[in-house]
Amino acid sequence: MDYFLELLFGGLTRGSIYALIALGYTMVYGIIELINFAHGEIYMIGAFTGLIVAGLLTMLGFPGASILAIALVCAVIWAAAYGYTIEKVAYKPLRGAPRLSPLISAIGMSIFLQNYVMLSQTSDFLPFPELIPEFDFLKGSGFPMSSPELVIVLSTVAVCIGLTLFIKYTKLGKAMRATAQNRKMALLVGINVDMVISATFVIGSSLAAVGGVLIASHIGQINYFIGFIAGIKAFTAAVLGGIGSIPGAMLGALVLGLTEAFATGYVSSDYEDVFAFCLLVLILIFRPAGIMGKEKIQKV
Amino acid sequence: MSFVEFFLSAGCDSVAHAFKKSFLAAIWFVFLTFPIMVIRVNTIENTVAWHWERMAYVAISIFFGSFVWRWLLARKELKKDETREESKVESLLTRIQSNTILKLVAVGVILLAALAFPKVFNLYQTNIMISCLVYIVLGLGLNIVVGLAGLLDLGYVAFYAVGAYAYALCNMHWDIGFWYMLPIGAVLGAICGIILGFPVLRLRGDYLAIVTLGFGEIIRLVLENWGEVTMGPSGISGIDRPALFGMKMGVIASTQYMYYIMIGLVIFTIFCVNRLQNSRIGRAWLALREDEIACQAMGIDKMKTKLMAFSLGATWAGMAGVVFAAKTTFINPASFTFWESAIILSVVVIGGMGSIRGVIAGAIILILVPEYLRDFAEFRMLLFGAIMVLVMVFRPQGLISAKRKIYKYEAANTAGGANE
Repeated sequence: MDYFLELLFGGLTRGSIYALIALGYTMVYGIIELINFAHGEIYMIGAFTGLIVAGLLTMLGFPGASILAIALVCAVIWAAAYGYTIEKVAYKPLRGAPRLSPLISAIGMSIFLQNYVMLSQTSDFLPFPELIPEFDFLKGSGFPMSSPELVIVLSTVAVCIGLTLFIKYTKLGKAMRATAQNRKMALLVGINVDMVISATFVIGSSLAAVGGVLIASHIGQINYFIGFIAGIKAFTAAVLGGIGSIPGAMLGALVLGLTEAFATGYVSSDYEDVFAFCLLVLILIFRPAGIMGKEKIQKV
Repeated sequence: MSFVEFFLSAGCDSVAHAFKKSFLAAIWFVFLTFPIMVIRVNTIENTVAWHWERMAYVAISIFFGSFVWRWLLARKELKKDETREESKVESLLTRIQSNTILKLVAVGVILLAALAFPKVFNLYQTNIMISCLVYIVLGLGLNIVVGLAGLLDLGYVAFYAVGAYAYALCNMHWDIGFWYMLPIGAVLGAICGIILGFPVLRLRGDYLAIVTLGFGEIIRLVLENWGEVTMGPSGISGIDRPALFGMKMGVIASTQYMYYIMIGLVIFTIFCVNRLQNSRIGRAWLALREDEIACQAMGIDKMKTKLMAFSLGATWAGMAGVVFAAKTTFINPASFTFWESAIILSVVVIGGMGSIRGVIAGAIILILVPEYLRDFAEFRMLLFGAIMVLVMVFRPQGLISAKRKIYKYEAANTAGGANE
C-alpha cells in the first residue's frame, strides 16, 4: 500500500509539472494553431534562470524560502520575456504563411535556444540547490508525501484555478477565448489580436518557468537538454486531453503522469516513455479529438 | 530614395526613428540574455563568473542586426505586392527546363559533375556527399507524404531505422548481402508504413503529427531497450559494405562504389517521384492536400490514397536505411532520434514542399552547410537553428517553390457550332 501511495504521489507530481508546461502548448495552439516546439526550451531557460538567481542569492546569504520566491519571480520574468521575443521574431512574420513554415521555424528556434544555453552555460549536468523547504508537520504525521511534492502539486492546483478564473472572468481572458474561436471576427469587434497572442505567449512561458524551477529543485539537477523530452511529454499531455482545451490539458497531464508512474513502478522502468506514447496512440485511435476535445464538424 | 536611405529607414518613419528602434532592440536583448549569457554560477564551489564582455557583443550585434532584419522584412513586404514574381534562380530554371537542348546540356553537366566527384575530391568529401545523397532520398520520400499528400509526419525516422536495423540484423545473423536487403528493406518500410498508417491516418493534421512523433520515439526506445535482439544502445557494428559480384574492396574503392550506388538510387527516386507526381494517384494526393471534402465528393478513396502516400514515403526511408547501415557499417539507436526526423522535415520545407528541385537544394544546403561549418565547431548547431528560422521568416514557401502543372486550354477553331 505504501508503495502504491508513493507511486500515486510521484505520478501526481509528474502530472503537475506536465500540466504547467502543457497549458502553454494548449493555449498557444488554441489561438494560432501552432505546435510551439520552442516551449520546452522556455521551460529549460526558466530552470536555468532560477538556478542562476538561486546560486547568487545563496552566496549572498539569503534565507531559504525567500530564495525560492525570488528565483521563481526572476525565472517567470525572463521566461516570459523569452516567450514574447520568440513570438515576435520567429512566428509573427509568418502569420498567413503555409502551415508548416511556423512549425519549422519553431524547431529551428528550439535548436537555437538549446545550443545558446549550452554555449553560454555548460553542457554538463548542473546541480540545482534544494529550494523547497522540508515541512516539519509532514514528517511527524507519517503522510507519505514529501514536502517538495506537496508544494509542486499545491502550486499547480493554485495556478490552474487562477488561470481558469483569469480566462473566464478578465477582459484579456475573454479576448483570448474570442481570438481562439475566430481570429478575424475578434479583429472586427476591436480586439487587439497581436496583443492577445503576445499575452498568450507570456502567460504560457511564465507557467512553464514555474514548472521548471519547481521540478529542477525537486530533482536536483538540470541540463540544457531537459526541455526537449519534457516538452514532448507535455505536448503529448495536451493532445491527450484535447488540444486547445485548458481543462483538457490539466486532465491529460494528470492521466499521463499517473500512467507513467504506475507503469514504471509495476511493469518496467526501461520503457517509461513507451508507455506514455502508447497511451497517446490508444486514446487518439479511440477518441481522435482527445479526452476533452470537441470533435470539429467539417463544413463546406 | 537611395538604397542606403531605404536600408536605414526600412519599416520606420525616419532614420532617427530607425536608430531609436535599433537602440531599444539592443537594450531589450541585453536584458534578455543577461542571466544566461553573463552570469555563470557554480553551486558546488560557490563561485560566480561574470562575462560582461558578452553583453557588449550582444548589444552591438543586435543593434546592427536589427537594421538588416527590418530591411529584409520590408523587402519581403514590397515583393508581396508585386504579382508573384519568380526569383532569378527560379526563372533561370524554368528557362532551362522549357528549352530541350539547354535541358539536356544541364542534365548532362550535372550528371558528369556527379560522376566525376569521387575522382576529383578525396575520401572525406565523398563521404559527406554520400550522406547528402542519403538525405536527398529521405527528403524526396518524405516529400511524398508531406509535400504532396499534406500529411505531417514527424516520425519518419522510424522507417529509416526499420531499414537500417533490418539490414544490420539480417547481415549479422544470416549474412544476407546488401543487394538482397535493399528491396527487402523497401518492402519492410512499406509494410511498416501500412501497419502504422492504418490506425493513425484517420486523425487530422496535428494529431497525426504527434502520433507519428510518438511512434518514432517508441521505435527508438524499443531499439534501445530490447537488448537481446538489437544489442541495445551500443548498437551493431561490423555490417558488410555492399559487394560488387562478390569482390572485396578496399575502403576507398568501396566508398566510391557506395557513392555511385547512391547516385543511382537518387536518379531512381527522382524518376519515380516525378512519375508519381504526374500520375492519377499524384493528382489525387494534391487534391487531398487542398481540400479533403471536395476530394471525397469527386470519388477519391481518402483512406486508400493517404495510405498509399504514407507507405510509399516509408518505402524510400526503408531503402535509405539499408544504405545508411551499409555506409557507416555501424548503427545504434542514437542515429534515429527525433532530431533526425526534424532535419529531414526541414530539408523538405526549407527546400520547398512538393518540389523535387527544392528538396534536392534543401538537402544540399542543410547537410553540407553544417559539415563545412565545422571550423565553427561548437557554433554550428546554433547557426543551423538560426538559419532554419531565418529561411522560414524570409522565404516561408521554401527556396525553390513547387510549380503546379498548368494545362493550357486552347479554344478549338470550330467556332460557329450549333450550340453557340
